[in-house]
Amino acid sequence: MAGTDIALMAHLMRRAGFGASYEELERRAAVGYEATVEELLNPEQQPPLEMDVLLRHFVDWKQINGLETNQAHWTYRMVNSPRPLEEKICLFWHGIFCVGDSKCMNGRQILLQLNKFREHGLGNLPTLLLELASDPAMVYYLDNQMSHKDAINENWGRELLELFSMGVGMDGQPNYSEDDVKECARAFTGWTVGNAIPRYPFGRHEALFLYNPRDHDDEDKTFLGETGNWNGEDIIDIISRQKATARFVSRHLYNFFVADEPQVPAWQNTPPRDMEAIKLLEEEYFRSGFEIRSMLRVLFNSDFFKNARFAKVKSPAEVVAGTLKLTGEYTRPKPGLYEVAQEIRYMGQDLLNPPTVEGWHTGTEWIDSGTLVERLNFAAAQVGDTDTPGVQSIIARLGEEGQSLTPERLVEGCLEMLGHYQLTDDTYAMILGQAQQRGPAETASDDFSERVAQMLQFIVSTQEYQFT
Amino acid sequence: MTSTKKDPVLVVLQLSGGNDGLNTVIPYTNPRYFDNRPNVRIPEDQVLPINDEIGFNPNMGELKELYDQGKVAVIQGIGYPTPNRSHFRSMDIWHTCEPEKIADEGWLGRALRDLDPNKDNVLTGVNFGRGVPRALVAPGVPVASVGNLETYGVLTTIEQETRRDEAIDLFSRMYSPAMGRGNALEYLSQTGMDALQGADILATAPAQYSSTIEYGGGSVAQYMRNIAQVHCANLGTRVFYTTAPYNSFDTHATQMAAHSKLWTDVSRTVNDFYQDLKEHNASDNVVLLVFTEFGRRVHDNGSGTDHGSGGAAFVIGDPVKGGLYAEYPSLDDDKLLEGDLHYNNDFRGLYSTLLEDWLGLDAQPIVNGNFEKLGFI
Repeated sequence: MAGTDIALMAHLMRRAGFGASYEELERRAAVGYEATVEELLNPEQQPPLEMDVLLRHFVDWKQINGLETNQAHWTYRMVNSPRPLEEKICLFWHGIFCVGDSKCMNGRQILLQLNKFREHGLGNLPTLLLELASDPAMVYYLDNQMSHKDAINENWGRELLELFSMGVGMDGQPNYSEDDVKECARAFTGWTVGNAIPRYPFGRHEALFLYNPRDHDDEDKTFLGETGNWNGEDIIDIISRQKATARFVSRHLYNFFVADEPQVPAWQNTPPRDMEAIKLLEEEYFRSGFEIRSMLRVLFNSDFFKNARFAKVKSPAEVVAGTLKLTGEYTRPKPGLYEVAQEIRYMGQDLLNPPTVEGWHTGTEWIDSGTLVERLNFAAAQVGDTDTPGVQSIIARLGEEGQSLTPERLVEGCLEMLGHYQLTDDTYAMILGQAQQRGPAETASDDFSERVAQMLQFIVSTQEYQFT
Repeated sequence: MTSTKKDPVLVVLQLSGGNDGLNTVIPYTNPRYFDNRPNVRIPEDQVLPINDEIGFNPNMGELKELYDQGKVAVIQGIGYPTPNRSHFRSMDIWHTCEPEKIADEGWLGRALRDLDPNKDNVLTGVNFGRGVPRALVAPGVPVASVGNLETYGVLTTIEQETRRDEAIDLFSRMYSPAMGRGNALEYLSQTGMDALQGADILATAPAQYSSTIEYGGGSVAQYMRNIAQVHCANLGTRVFYTTAPYNSFDTHATQMAAHSKLWTDVSRTVNDFYQDLKEHNASDNVVLLVFTEFGRRVHDNGSGTDHGSGGAAFVIGDPVKGGLYAEYPSLDDDKLLEGDLHYNNDFRGLYSTLLEDWLGLDAQPIVNGNFEKLGFI
């Protein structure tokens, strides 16, 4: 099988999932690229993650509530789900439709919301927005239970437009007016929750979405130029038909799956870095009737995607889940999972608890001197552990190549095994120079494992490894 | 303005979980205290009196001595409007100075930007603990975050020493800024060099330090000792930060034993820290802030206390004018706020005092407004 096919598959699996072992890449490359894309886009065709054994080991997963438990659970899913894109699209929407444990204080309610993203995240956008608008965690997070027909609270109405669907503007123009925000909020009056979300003083009951017609503003509203006695569903219908929504969703998909875009608040005045790509996605949005799956099919099969290798800074979840997939260490319940999941927080991504409703700033903003040290030290420790099944497998495969590996082949082989990473010429020359000092690597010698592990550590310490 | 020649330094100790202010600075002669605390009450004869009305928890002997020497400002009734009783959210509010909306820039992150606008020193802000608290976060502001000073550094997880040295040597060459590699790679190079440089400098601190003070066990003691080590090494750090273990002050149950232990440790540690600086002739330019995200419910729940609002903070050090600041909130039923002490001074006034009168910065843009300062500097 051609190395180019595997390199492309490694790229796809890093983006549409959390990476894959070399064996999995070979298996998938044999099936073919487009077939793999289809498999990823239709996660329900794969079995769900086997949870029975896990629940015996992690009994608190039966009724997950705490933040750390939720984070460990999700980390495990990222590493082990047979449906990689289901977890990745869940992370995608979680970074946009932000709800934070700091306000909700109820991890279980946020988990239920994440399950909606798993179920509907690849589906129809208006359906997903409707699920979101009637999600108790979201209603509470953006105060819509405080929005009444005689006294609206604009929080949800505004963020639905600004952060969840249309964005403030595009091509230098605003997408909606302050009046639209108010009319939108009016249409969502009466969308509330039963069983208030915080634990105190009502206990840990699951919250319940309620529509209260008596508290709904039943008068005409003019929203984005259309007048009628709109309710929330109508607003979502109108939003979904907007060009701005096509643009906003396309840019988010591009930013998350293809290449780092400028931060979202700049989008009104900063054009997309690849307008052709955005146009293709926008067209598919309307052609398909607002289907995310269809947009992603276009995206993954496009040249702009295939050529965008290492054009994004990894998120902390990608660093940790990707490294754990590589080492194969947490394919079963095992002590240490909770601790390792906390590394994602230390690197600046407190899952289920984004800093604000605007979510995490991505791209190079993931990196500062504190979080970079966390990334480097975590990855170096993991790939340097020659006892893990993933690292052992890499050593075994390289060992089968012959009696001796040249320094060049040692570097190349390790780059390939990690998922066909590419280094800049400068970095490559420095790492090769380091390998040459120790000469060829004798595969039968005692220090062969150590040499491979050291080379893996060199590679994960590069700037280039921080990119996906 | 500060009168010392050395640059003023701020140390922050965050008591995570919501410290019970009522059993820390105790209104021991108030019958309402007696009535409301049938189970979680410090007996009057054990309290360390400040005056006829209030006194310190009996486990705060060292702090009481510092108080008697005029080194401790007790900030009573501190809080903010419409108190939030979620740990995370309330801590966020203390970190970002934004009670109304959710914000992502921390007050000390902004202060660091003003203290070192050209980023001349990668160690202007140093946090001890894993993960940087939001208080220290602001875009473009480097903050070193040290989980363990003895082992802190780049690639320290490579166990074998020669192998680590080799990796670090390679790292320093790989991250040497090279032009023309694109913005993202250049940014990473610079950040990597900042981290390496910060780690190299920090690594020198423990070796330069020796002290007769023996700190107690536990992470707060260890981190406060680390702060003393780095401060005494004169690395130019202006803001230090550390946090008591996650939610340790969240005493919903069996509070009497837990809270006693917590304050025994904090009181001893704060005194050890102060005496350590004193021994190194390094205490005159250090002010320590001790705070928590909220106080606890006035009425106990049988074995502990639930989340409340208005609480107490402490500012400690040689430059501090000791004494009581603001007023002790009333315990009368009609003066309580949903069963909690009603705050009477905004924490942003405390911050403003520290920022303007100690660090010499303009507080208004950092704390998002003008708040009444307290005269403890």
